[in-house]
Amino acid sequence: MTQSVSLTINGRPREDHVEPRLLLVHYLREVAGLTGTHIACDTSQCGACTVLIDGEAVKSCSVFTVQAAGKDVTTIEGLAQEGTLHPVQQAFWNEHGLQCGFCTPGFIMAAAYLLKQNPSPTDAEIERGLEGNLCRCTGYENIKKAVRSASQAMNGGTAETSANLVGSAAAPVEG
Amino acid sequence: MITAAFEYARPGSVDEAQSLLTKYGDDAKVIAGGQSLIPLMRLRLSQPTALVDIQGIHGLKEVRRDNGSVEIGALVRHVDIQRNATLREALPILVEMANDVGDNQVRNLGTIGGVIAHGDAAGDYNALALMLDAEIVTNKRRHKASDFFRDIFTTALEHDEVVTAVRFPVSTGRFAYTKFRRRLYDWAIAGVAVQETGSSWRVGYVNLARTPRRGASVERALAGGASAADAAAESGSDIDPTGDVRATAEYKRHLAQVLTARTLEKATMAA
Ligand SMILES: Cc1cc2nc3c(=O)[nH]c(=O)nc-3n(C[C@H](O)[C@H](O)[C@H](O)COP(=O)(O)OP(=O)(O)OC[C@H]3O[C@@H](n4cnc5c(N)ncnc54)[C@H](O)[C@@H]3O)c2cc1C
Ligand code: FES
Ligand code: FES
Repeated sequence: MTQSVSLTINGRPREDHVEPRLLLVHYLREVAGLTGTHIACDTSQCGACTVLIDGEAVKSCSVFTVQAAGKDVTTIEGLAQEGTLHPVQQAFWNEHGLQCGFCTPGFIMAAAYLLKQNPSPTDAEIERGLEGNLCRCTGYENIKKAVRSASQAMNGGTAETSANLVGSAAAPVEG
Repeated sequence: MITAAFEYARPGSVDEAQSLLTKYGDDAKVIAGGQSLIPLMRLRLSQPTALVDIQGIHGLKEVRRDNGSVEIGALVRHVDIQRNATLREALPILVEMANDVGDNQVRNLGTIGGVIAHGDAAGDYNALALMLDAEIVTNKRRHKASDFFRDIFTTALEHDEVVTAVRFPVSTGRFAYTKFRRRLYDWAIAGVAVQETGSSWRVGYVNLARTPRRGASVERALAGGASAADAAAESGSDIDPTGDVRATAEYKRHLAQVLTARTLEKATMAA
Protein backbone atom coordinates (compact mmCIF):
# COMPACT_ATOMS: atom_id res chain seq x y z
CA MET A 1 0.00 0.00 0.00
CA THR A 2 1.45 3.36 -0.94
CA GLN A 3 1.09 6.69 0.75
CA SER A 4 1.47 10.21 -0.60
CA VAL A 5 4.56 12.09 0.56
CA SER A 6 5.35 15.75 -0.07
CA LEU A 7 8.78 17.05 0.73
CA THR A 8 11.38 19.44 -0.60
CA ILE A 9 14.60 18.14 -2.09
CA ASN A 10 17.36 20.66 -2.71
CA GLY A 11 14.86 23.49 -2.67
CA ARG A 12 12.44 21.84 -5.05
CA PRO A 13 9.08 20.55 -3.78
CA ARG A 14 7.94 17.13 -4.90
CA GLU A 15 5.18 14.69 -4.22
CA ASP A 16 5.34 10.93 -4.69
CA HIS A 17 3.43 7.84 -3.72
CA VAL A 18 5.67 5.50 -1.79
CA GLU A 19 5.45 2.42 0.38
CA PRO A 20 5.97 3.39 4.04
CA ARG A 21 8.91 0.99 4.20
CA LEU A 22 10.83 2.79 1.45
CA LEU A 23 14.00 4.13 3.05
CA LEU A 24 14.91 7.72 2.33
CA VAL A 25 18.18 6.70 0.69
CA HIS A 26 16.34 4.43 -1.75
CA TYR A 27 13.77 7.12 -2.43
CA LEU A 28 16.47 9.67 -3.20
CA ARG A 29 18.37 7.33 -5.48
CA GLU A 30 15.63 5.36 -7.18
CA VAL A 31 12.60 7.66 -7.19
CA ALA A 32 14.15 11.13 -7.26
CA GLY A 33 17.10 9.92 -9.39
CA LEU A 34 19.68 11.57 -7.15
CA THR A 35 22.39 8.94 -7.00
CA GLY A 36 25.00 11.14 -5.34
CA THR A 37 23.88 9.83 -1.96
CA HIS A 38 25.61 6.47 -1.53
CA ILE A 39 24.67 3.38 0.39
CA ALA A 40 27.33 1.09 1.78
CA CYS A 41 26.98 -0.55 5.17
CA ASP A 42 23.21 -0.58 5.26
CA THR A 43 23.35 -0.64 9.07
CA SER A 44 23.89 2.96 10.27
CA GLN A 45 27.61 2.46 10.64
CA CYS A 46 29.37 4.21 7.77
CA GLY A 47 27.71 7.56 7.06
CA ALA A 48 27.99 7.20 3.24
CA CYS A 49 24.27 7.96 3.03
CA THR A 50 24.41 11.21 5.05
CA VAL A 51 22.01 13.95 3.93
CA LEU A 52 20.57 16.99 5.69
CA ILE A 53 16.99 17.09 6.90
CA ASP A 54 15.97 20.62 7.84
CA GLY A 55 19.69 21.45 7.87
CA GLU A 56 20.69 18.60 10.20
CA ALA A 57 22.88 15.65 9.19
CA VAL A 58 21.20 12.24 9.33
CA LYS A 59 21.88 8.80 7.87
CA SER A 60 19.29 8.39 5.13
CA CYS A 61 19.52 4.58 5.33
CA SER A 62 17.99 4.84 8.80
CA VAL A 63 15.04 7.09 7.98
CA PHE A 64 11.82 6.06 6.24
CA THR A 65 10.74 8.44 3.47
CA VAL A 66 7.37 8.93 5.18
CA GLN A 67 9.17 10.26 8.27
CA ALA A 68 10.69 13.00 6.11
CA ALA A 69 7.32 14.16 4.77
CA GLY A 70 6.95 17.92 5.09
CA LYS A 71 10.69 18.43 5.50
CA ASP A 72 13.52 19.98 3.61
CA VAL A 73 16.09 17.47 2.40
CA THR A 74 19.49 18.54 1.09
CA THR A 75 21.65 16.02 -0.77
CA ILE A 76 25.15 16.38 -2.19
CA GLU A 77 23.54 17.51 -5.47
CA GLY A 78 22.06 20.53 -3.66
CA LEU A 79 25.28 21.96 -2.23
CA ALA A 80 26.75 23.65 -5.30
CA GLN A 81 25.08 26.96 -6.07
CA GLU A 82 24.72 28.06 -9.67
CA GLY A 83 27.69 26.03 -10.80
CA THR A 84 29.97 27.08 -7.94
CA LEU A 85 31.07 24.28 -5.68
CA HIS A 86 30.28 24.58 -1.98
CA PRO A 87 33.47 25.52 -0.07
CA VAL A 88 33.59 22.02 1.45
CA GLN A 89 33.37 20.43 -2.01
CA GLN A 90 36.07 22.77 -3.30
CA ALA A 91 38.30 21.97 -0.32
CA PHE A 92 37.94 18.20 -0.84
CA TRP A 93 38.99 18.80 -4.45
CA ASN A 94 41.93 21.07 -3.55
CA GLU A 95 43.25 18.94 -0.68
CA HIS A 96 42.66 15.60 -2.39
CA GLY A 97 40.28 14.57 0.39
CA LEU A 98 39.33 11.36 -1.38
CA GLN A 99 40.67 8.37 -3.24
CA CYS A 100 37.94 6.06 -4.54
CA GLY A 101 35.35 8.69 -3.65
CA PHE A 102 32.67 6.33 -2.42
CA CYS A 103 32.50 7.82 1.06
CA THR A 104 32.91 11.40 -0.17
CA PRO A 105 29.28 12.60 -0.51
CA GLY A 106 28.62 11.46 3.05
CA PHE A 107 31.77 13.10 4.39
CA ILE A 108 31.02 16.35 2.60
CA MET A 109 27.48 16.48 4.00
CA ALA A 110 28.70 15.63 7.50
CA ALA A 111 31.49 18.22 7.22
CA ALA A 112 29.12 20.90 5.91
CA TYR A 113 26.89 20.25 8.94
CA LEU A 114 29.86 20.30 11.29
CA LEU A 115 31.09 23.67 9.96
CA LYS A 116 27.63 25.15 10.22
CA GLN A 117 27.52 24.19 13.91
CA ASN A 118 31.13 25.08 14.58
CA PRO A 119 32.76 27.30 11.94
CA SER A 120 36.29 26.93 13.38
CA PRO A 121 36.65 23.40 14.73
CA THR A 122 39.88 22.17 16.31
CA ASP A 123 41.41 18.97 14.94
CA ALA A 124 39.85 17.02 17.78
CA GLU A 125 36.47 18.58 17.02
CA ILE A 126 36.80 17.65 13.36
CA GLU A 127 37.48 14.05 14.36
CA ARG A 128 34.51 14.01 16.72
CA GLY A 129 32.29 15.75 14.18
CA LEU A 130 33.01 13.12 11.55
CA GLU A 131 32.94 10.10 13.86
CA GLY A 132 29.84 8.75 12.11
CA ASN A 133 31.61 8.47 8.75
CA LEU A 134 34.03 5.78 7.64
CA CYS A 135 36.58 5.91 4.84
CA ARG A 136 38.44 2.80 3.71
CA CYS A 137 40.98 4.59 1.53
CA THR A 138 42.41 7.86 2.71
CA GLY A 139 43.49 7.25 6.29
CA TYR A 140 41.47 10.41 7.04
CA GLU A 141 44.40 12.84 7.01
CA ASN A 142 43.45 14.58 3.76
CA ILE A 143 39.82 14.62 4.80
CA LYS A 144 40.75 16.50 7.97
CA LYS A 145 42.97 18.80 5.91
CA ALA A 146 40.05 19.50 3.58
CA VAL A 147 37.73 20.36 6.47
CA ARG A 148 40.34 22.69 7.98
CA SER A 149 40.85 24.37 4.65
CA ALA A 150 37.08 24.72 4.07
CA SER A 151 36.77 26.26 7.51
CA GLN A 152 39.43 28.82 6.66
CA ALA A 153 37.88 29.59 3.29
CA MET A 154 34.43 30.01 4.83
CA ASN A 155 35.62 32.22 7.67
CA GLY A 156 38.06 34.36 5.77
CA GLY A 157 36.15 34.09 2.52
CA THR A 158 34.06 36.65 0.76
CA ALA A 159 30.43 37.34 1.57
CA GLU A 160 29.40 35.26 -1.46
CA THR A 161 31.28 32.24 -0.13
CA SER A 162 29.65 32.33 3.26
CA ALA A 163 26.24 32.79 1.69
CA ASN A 164 26.81 29.34 0.28
CA LEU A 165 26.47 27.80 3.74
CA VAL A 166 24.15 24.85 3.92
CA GLY A 167 20.71 25.83 5.03
CA SER A 168 20.65 29.12 3.19
CA ALA A 169 17.88 29.20 0.63
CA ALA A 170 19.01 26.68 -1.94
CA ALA A 171 18.26 27.29 -5.58
CA PRO A 172 16.33 24.50 -7.26
CA VAL A 173 18.58 21.88 -8.76
CA GLU A 174 17.59 19.85 -11.75
CA GLY A 175 17.22 16.27 -10.56
CA MET B 1 17.74 -5.65 4.02
CA ILE B 2 14.37 -4.15 3.12
CA THR B 3 12.05 -4.15 6.12
CA ALA B 4 8.76 -6.04 6.25
CA ALA B 5 5.80 -3.97 5.06
CA PHE B 6 3.86 -1.89 7.57
CA GLU B 7 1.20 0.78 7.80
CA TYR B 8 2.25 4.26 8.89
CA ALA B 9 0.41 6.99 10.74
CA ARG B 10 1.41 10.31 12.25
CA PRO B 11 -0.94 11.23 15.11
CA GLY B 12 -1.21 14.82 16.39
CA SER B 13 -1.78 13.96 20.04
CA VAL B 14 -0.92 11.33 22.62
CA ASP B 15 -4.59 10.27 22.79
CA GLU B 16 -4.65 9.75 19.06
CA ALA B 17 -1.42 7.75 19.26
CA GLN B 18 -2.95 5.52 21.89
CA SER B 19 -6.09 4.86 19.86
CA LEU B 20 -4.00 4.10 16.77
CA LEU B 21 -1.95 1.59 18.77
CA THR B 22 -5.18 -0.02 19.94
CA LYS B 23 -6.62 -0.02 16.44
CA TYR B 24 -3.54 -1.55 14.80
CA GLY B 25 -3.16 -4.13 17.56
CA ASP B 26 -0.30 -5.90 19.30
CA ASP B 27 2.14 -5.79 16.42
CA ALA B 28 2.03 -2.01 16.08
CA LYS B 29 4.87 0.07 17.46
CA VAL B 30 5.66 3.66 18.27
CA ILE B 31 8.49 5.19 16.24
CA ALA B 32 10.36 8.25 17.51
CA GLY B 33 13.83 8.85 16.06
CA GLY B 34 13.99 5.36 14.58
CA GLN B 35 17.69 5.01 15.45
CA SER B 36 17.20 1.77 17.35
CA LEU B 37 14.02 0.53 15.71
CA ILE B 38 14.95 0.92 12.02
CA PRO B 39 18.24 -1.00 12.30
CA LEU B 40 16.31 -3.83 14.02
CA MET B 41 13.60 -3.76 11.36
CA ARG B 42 16.23 -3.88 8.65
CA LEU B 43 17.64 -7.04 10.18
CA ARG B 44 14.02 -8.26 10.46
CA LEU B 45 14.57 -8.78 14.15
CA SER B 46 11.53 -6.56 14.54
CA GLN B 47 8.58 -6.72 12.12
CA PRO B 48 5.90 -4.33 13.30
CA THR B 49 2.76 -4.30 11.13
CA ALA B 50 2.17 -0.60 11.80
CA LEU B 51 4.29 2.33 12.95
CA VAL B 52 2.79 5.19 14.90
CA ASP B 53 5.16 8.13 14.34
CA ILE B 54 4.97 10.48 17.33
CA GLN B 55 7.28 13.18 15.91
CA GLY B 56 4.43 15.64 15.37
CA ILE B 57 2.94 15.50 18.86
CA HIS B 58 3.20 18.84 20.64
CA GLY B 59 4.40 19.17 24.19
CA LEU B 60 6.89 16.28 24.13
CA LYS B 61 9.93 18.38 23.25
CA GLU B 62 10.26 20.51 26.37
CA VAL B 63 12.66 20.51 29.28
CA ARG B 64 11.15 21.93 32.48
CA ARG B 65 12.72 22.43 35.88
CA ASP B 66 10.47 22.68 38.95
CA ASN B 67 10.71 21.84 42.65
CA GLY B 68 13.90 19.89 42.59
CA SER B 69 13.03 17.92 39.47
CA VAL B 70 13.76 18.29 35.82
CA GLU B 71 11.26 16.84 33.39
CA ILE B 72 12.48 15.99 29.92
CA GLY B 73 9.94 15.43 27.14
CA ALA B 74 10.12 12.06 25.39
CA LEU B 75 10.95 13.64 22.01
CA VAL B 76 13.92 15.59 23.32
CA ARG B 77 16.79 14.39 21.15
CA HIS B 78 20.37 13.70 22.17
CA VAL B 79 21.44 16.88 20.34
CA ASP B 80 18.83 18.91 22.26
CA ILE B 81 20.22 17.55 25.54
CA GLN B 82 23.73 18.54 24.47
CA ARG B 83 22.62 22.12 23.86
CA ASN B 84 20.17 22.59 26.73
CA ALA B 85 21.20 25.23 29.29
CA THR B 86 18.74 24.02 31.97
CA LEU B 87 20.12 20.49 31.80
CA ARG B 88 23.69 21.68 31.84
CA GLU B 89 22.90 23.21 35.23
CA ALA B 90 20.39 20.75 36.67
CA LEU B 91 21.63 17.41 35.35
CA PRO B 92 25.10 17.86 33.84
CA ILE B 93 25.85 14.12 33.87
CA LEU B 94 23.07 13.58 31.31
CA VAL B 95 24.65 16.18 29.02
CA GLU B 96 27.98 14.40 29.32
CA MET B 97 26.32 11.11 28.37
CA ALA B 98 24.52 12.72 25.42
CA ASN B 99 27.80 14.01 24.01
CA ASP B 100 28.95 10.40 23.57
CA VAL B 101 25.82 8.70 22.23
CA GLY B 102 26.48 7.47 18.68
CA ASP B 103 27.51 10.24 16.29
CA ASN B 104 26.07 13.56 15.09
CA GLN B 105 23.73 11.82 12.66
CA VAL B 106 22.33 9.54 15.38
CA ARG B 107 22.12 12.37 17.93
CA ASN B 108 20.13 14.50 15.48
CA LEU B 109 17.34 11.90 15.43
CA GLY B 110 17.45 9.69 18.53
CA THR B 111 15.33 10.68 21.53
CA ILE B 112 15.48 10.14 25.28
CA GLY B 113 12.02 8.57 25.20
CA GLY B 114 13.28 6.10 22.59
CA VAL B 115 16.26 5.10 24.73
CA ILE B 116 14.04 4.55 27.78
CA ALA B 117 11.26 2.68 25.94
CA HIS B 118 13.78 0.50 24.10
CA GLY B 119 15.10 -0.56 27.51
CA ASP B 120 18.54 -1.52 26.23
CA ALA B 121 21.00 -2.29 29.03
CA ALA B 122 23.56 -0.49 26.84
CA GLY B 123 21.40 2.66 26.70
CA ASP B 124 23.46 5.10 28.75
CA TYR B 125 20.48 7.09 30.06
CA ASN B 126 18.79 3.97 31.41
CA ALA B 127 21.44 3.34 34.05
CA LEU B 128 21.23 7.01 35.04
CA ALA B 129 17.43 6.87 35.33
CA LEU B 130 17.77 3.80 37.54
CA MET B 131 20.49 5.08 39.86
CA LEU B 132 18.86 8.50 40.33
CA ASP B 133 15.35 7.05 40.92
CA ALA B 134 13.92 8.86 37.91
CA GLU B 135 10.27 8.54 36.98
CA ILE B 136 9.05 7.49 33.57
CA VAL B 137 5.87 9.38 32.76
CA THR B 138 3.43 7.84 30.26
CA ASN B 139 -0.09 8.46 29.03
CA LYS B 140 -1.25 5.95 31.67
CA ARG B 141 0.91 6.25 34.79
CA ARG B 142 4.21 7.16 36.34
CA HIS B 143 6.69 4.32 36.60
CA LYS B 144 9.55 4.25 39.05
CA ALA B 145 12.71 3.47 37.14
CA SER B 146 13.39 0.72 39.69
CA ASP B 147 10.22 -1.12 38.50
CA PHE B 148 10.57 -0.24 34.83
CA PHE B 149 13.49 -2.19 33.35
CA ARG B 150 12.33 -5.79 33.59
CA ASP B 151 14.57 -7.89 31.36
CA ILE B 152 16.62 -7.69 28.18
CA PHE B 153 14.87 -5.08 25.95
CA THR B 154 11.81 -5.51 28.15
CA THR B 155 10.18 -2.74 30.13
CA ALA B 156 6.97 -2.32 32.12
CA LEU B 157 5.34 -0.48 29.19
CA GLU B 158 2.05 -1.87 27.92
CA HIS B 159 1.37 -2.15 24.23
CA ASP B 160 -0.63 1.09 23.98
CA GLU B 161 1.50 3.03 26.43
CA VAL B 162 3.42 6.06 25.19
CA VAL B 163 6.31 7.55 27.16
CA THR B 164 5.70 11.29 27.42
CA ALA B 165 8.54 12.38 29.68
CA VAL B 166 11.31 11.32 32.01
CA ARG B 167 11.59 13.06 35.35
CA PHE B 168 14.97 13.21 37.09
CA PRO B 169 15.85 14.77 40.44
CA VAL B 170 17.98 17.86 39.95
CA SER B 171 21.51 16.54 40.54
CA THR B 172 24.19 19.15 40.86
CA GLY B 173 26.75 17.26 42.95
CA ARG B 174 30.02 15.87 41.70
CA PHE B 175 29.71 13.25 38.98
CA ALA B 176 31.59 11.31 36.34
CA TYR B 177 30.73 8.90 33.56
CA THR B 178 33.15 6.47 31.94
CA LYS B 179 32.09 4.85 28.71
CA PHE B 180 34.53 2.14 27.73
CA ARG B 181 34.59 1.45 24.00
CA ARG B 182 37.09 0.82 21.24
CA ARG B 183 35.76 3.19 18.56
CA LEU B 184 34.35 6.68 19.01
CA TYR B 185 30.75 6.11 17.94
CA ASP B 186 30.34 2.69 19.51
CA TRP B 187 28.00 1.72 22.29
CA ALA B 188 29.60 1.10 25.68
CA ILE B 189 31.29 -2.27 26.12
CA ALA B 190 30.88 -1.30 29.76
CA GLY B 191 29.90 2.00 31.34
CA VAL B 192 30.00 3.31 34.89
CA ALA B 193 28.22 6.45 36.12
CA VAL B 194 28.62 8.01 39.54
CA GLN B 195 26.73 10.97 40.97
CA GLU B 196 26.98 12.60 44.39
CA THR B 197 23.54 13.34 45.86
CA GLY B 198 23.63 15.15 49.19
CA SER B 199 26.19 13.30 51.26
CA SER B 200 25.94 9.98 49.45
CA TRP B 201 26.93 8.52 46.11
CA ARG B 202 24.84 6.81 43.46
CA VAL B 203 26.39 4.33 41.06
CA GLY B 204 24.96 2.96 37.79
CA TYR B 205 26.12 0.28 35.36
CA VAL B 206 25.69 0.31 31.58
CA ASN B 207 25.74 -2.94 29.59
CA LEU B 208 26.85 -5.04 32.54
CA ALA B 209 23.71 -7.20 32.87
CA ARG B 210 20.53 -7.92 30.90
CA THR B 211 19.13 -4.65 32.24
CA PRO B 212 20.74 -1.45 33.48
CA ARG B 213 21.95 -1.98 37.05
CA ARG B 214 22.35 0.13 40.13
CA GLY B 215 25.58 -0.26 42.07
CA ALA B 216 23.83 -0.80 45.40
CA SER B 217 26.68 -2.72 47.06
CA VAL B 218 29.25 -0.19 45.94
CA GLU B 219 27.01 2.62 47.24
CA ARG B 220 26.73 0.88 50.63
CA ALA B 221 30.48 0.44 50.87
CA LEU B 222 31.00 4.12 50.09
CA ALA B 223 28.43 5.13 52.69
CA GLY B 224 30.36 3.00 55.19
CA GLY B 225 33.50 4.99 54.46
CA ALA B 226 35.28 2.61 52.05
CA SER B 227 37.89 4.01 49.65
CA ALA B 228 37.09 4.14 45.94
CA ALA B 229 39.20 1.03 45.34
CA ASP B 230 37.64 -0.95 48.18
CA ALA B 231 34.11 0.06 47.20
CA ALA B 232 34.83 -0.86 43.57
CA ALA B 233 35.74 -4.37 44.69
CA GLU B 234 32.04 -4.81 45.57
CA SER B 235 30.94 -4.15 41.98
CA GLY B 236 30.83 -7.88 41.21
CA SER B 237 27.66 -8.35 43.26
CA ASP B 238 25.86 -5.51 41.44
CA ILE B 239 26.30 -6.80 37.90
CA ASP B 240 25.68 -9.95 35.91
CA PRO B 241 27.38 -9.52 32.53
CA THR B 242 27.16 -11.92 29.63
CA GLY B 243 29.89 -12.30 27.04
CA ASP B 244 29.41 -11.01 23.51
CA VAL B 245 31.50 -10.44 20.38
CA ARG B 246 33.31 -7.56 21.98
CA ALA B 247 34.13 -8.85 25.46
CA THR B 248 33.82 -11.94 27.61
CA ALA B 249 31.79 -11.86 30.82
CA GLU B 250 34.99 -12.18 32.82
CA TYR B 251 36.59 -9.22 31.08
CA LYS B 252 33.46 -7.13 31.67
CA ARG B 253 33.64 -7.97 35.39
CA HIS B 254 37.22 -6.81 35.41
CA LEU B 255 36.26 -3.64 33.56
CA ALA B 256 33.43 -2.93 36.01
CA GLN B 257 35.77 -2.98 38.96
CA VAL B 258 38.55 -0.97 37.36
CA LEU B 259 36.16 1.58 35.87
CA THR B 260 34.21 1.98 39.13
CA ALA B 261 37.39 2.94 40.98
CA ARG B 262 38.53 5.23 38.19
CA THR B 263 35.17 6.91 37.79
CA LEU B 264 34.85 7.57 41.52
CA GLU B 265 38.35 9.02 41.57
CA LYS B 266 37.59 11.18 38.56
CA ALA B 267 34.42 12.52 40.24
CA THR B 268 36.09 13.30 43.55
CA MET B 269 39.10 14.89 41.94
CA ALA B 270 36.84 17.10 39.85
CA ALA B 271 35.83 18.90 43.08
C1 LIG C 1 25.45 3.85 15.21
C2 LIG C 1 24.58 3.99 16.43
C3 LIG C 1 25.19 4.11 17.67
C4 LIG C 1 24.43 4.25 18.84
N1 LIG C 1 25.07 4.38 20.03
C5 LIG C 1 24.34 4.50 21.17
C6 LIG C 1 24.96 4.62 22.45
O1 LIG C 1 26.17 4.61 22.57
N2 LIG C 1 24.18 4.76 23.54
C7 LIG C 1 22.81 4.79 23.46
O2 LIG C 1 22.16 4.93 24.49
N3 LIG C 1 22.19 4.68 22.28
C8 LIG C 1 22.92 4.53 21.14
N4 LIG C 1 22.27 4.41 19.93
C9 LIG C 1 20.78 4.37 19.91
C10 LIG C 1 20.19 5.74 19.95
O3 LIG C 1 20.46 6.32 21.20
C11 LIG C 1 18.69 5.74 19.74
O4 LIG C 1 18.37 7.07 19.55
C12 LIG C 1 17.85 5.29 20.89
O5 LIG C 1 18.25 4.03 21.37
C13 LIG C 1 16.38 5.15 20.50
O6 LIG C 1 15.79 6.39 20.33
P1 LIG C 1 14.88 6.66 19.08
O7 LIG C 1 14.16 7.93 19.34
O8 LIG C 1 15.68 6.58 17.86
O9 LIG C 1 13.82 5.45 19.21
P2 LIG C 1 13.21 4.49 18.11
O10 LIG C 1 14.27 3.76 17.41
O11 LIG C 1 12.20 5.24 17.31
O12 LIG C 1 12.42 3.50 19.07
C14 LIG C 1 13.09 2.56 19.89
C15 LIG C 1 12.04 1.71 20.65
O13 LIG C 1 11.35 2.51 21.60
C16 LIG C 1 9.96 2.60 21.30
N5 LIG C 1 9.59 4.00 21.54
C17 LIG C 1 10.26 5.11 21.11
N6 LIG C 1 9.73 6.21 21.66
C18 LIG C 1 8.71 5.82 22.45
C19 LIG C 1 7.77 6.52 23.27
N7 LIG C 1 7.82 7.84 23.44
N8 LIG C 1 6.83 5.78 23.94
C20 LIG C 1 6.79 4.42 23.81
N9 LIG C 1 7.66 3.72 23.05
C21 LIG C 1 8.60 4.41 22.37
C22 LIG C 1 9.80 2.12 19.88
O14 LIG C 1 8.55 1.49 19.70
C23 LIG C 1 10.96 1.14 19.75
O15 LIG C 1 10.58 -0.10 20.28
C24 LIG C 1 23.00 4.26 18.75
C25 LIG C 1 22.39 4.13 17.51
C26 LIG C 1 23.16 3.98 16.36
C27 LIG C 1 22.46 3.83 15.05
S1 FES D 1 24.71 3.26 4.35
FE1 FES D 1 23.79 4.50 5.85
S2 FES D 1 25.23 4.54 7.43
FE2 FES D 1 26.14 3.20 5.97
S1 FES E 1 37.82 7.57 -0.51
FE1 FES E 1 37.42 5.46 -0.73
S2 FES E 1 36.19 5.06 1.02
FE2 FES E 1 36.80 7.05 1.34
